[in-house]
Amino acid sequence: MNISLNNRSESFEQDVLTISEILRLKNFTFKMMVVKINGKLIKKDRYTEAEVRDGDDVQIIHMISGG
Amino acid sequence: MNFQQIKDKLKNKKVGIAGCGGLGSNCAVALARVGVGHLVLADFDVVEESNLNRQYYFQQQIGLKKVEALKENIRLINPDVKVEAHDIFLEAASIVALFKDCDVIVEAFDKAEMKLMMIETICEKLPEKPLVVGLGMAGWGDNESIHCRNADHLFICGDEVKEISEDLPPLAPRVGIVAHMQANTVLEILLKNA
Repeated sequence: MNISLNNRSESFEQDVLTISEILRLKNFTFKMMVVKINGKLIKKDRYTEAEVRDGDDVQIIHMISGG
Repeated sequence: MNFQQIKDKLKNKKVGIAGCGGLGSNCAVALARVGVGHLVLADFDVVEESNLNRQYYFQQQIGLKKVEALKENIRLINPDVKVEAHDIFLEAASIVALFKDCDVIVEAFDKAEMKLMMIETICEKLPEKPLVVGLGMAGWGDNESIHCRNADHLFICGDEVKEISEDLPPLAPRVGIVAHMQANTVLEILLKNA
C-alpha cells in the first residue's frame, strides 16, 4: 500500500498495518507521540487496533521537550 | 498589502499563547510588534536568571510572574495591544476556557507531556481551531533542519528531532527562530482570509 506519512509518500508491502506495526517498521521509539489517521486522533491505547490502509494520510508526531 | 492594511486586518484578531518561556515570549512580542490586537497569555512561572539566555525578559524582572513581565514588555513596545495575562498552570479545561475565542492558538510549552496534552485537548475539544506548535529546537547551528509543516489544523514548527538535555540546552538563536516561525505561521493564517 501507499500512504502519506508525515506529509511524505511511503510504501509498505502489506495491505493493512496497525499503528503499532508502522511504529515498529519505521523504528519510531519515542515515548510520547500524537498519532492521526486521516485527521482523526488515535490515542495510545488504540495503537494496536487502529488500521492504516492504502491512500491513508497518517501523522506520527514526536513530542520533543524544549521551548 | 502595505503595513497599514496589515495592521488594520490584525487589530481585530485574537491570538492565544500557551506558555511564556522561550517560544511564547518571543512569539508574543513578534505578534505585538506587527499589531495583533489582542493577545491571551498564560503561564504559571516566574522569571529566573537561567531564562535570560533565550526568553524576552530583563535582569530587573527576575522574580516577577512571567505573564505580568511579558505584558509590561509588550506595553513598552506597542501599547495598543490588549493583553490578557493569566497566571495559571494550564490543564485541558482551562485551555478550552481561555482560548476558545482565539483565532489561532500557539503552543509554547517546554515539556513534551504538556505539548501532548495541548495537542490532544485542541484536537478533541476545539478541532477547527488552528494550533501552531513548536517541536525540536535544542542546541545551536543546523539551520536547515528547522522547518514548518501542516497537518489539518495543526501547524508544526521546529526540527522535530532535537530534545533539550544537559549537553543540548535551549538557546536564544534556535528557540528564537522557531518562535518567530510560529509567529510567521500565525500571520499567514490570520492574513489568509482577512
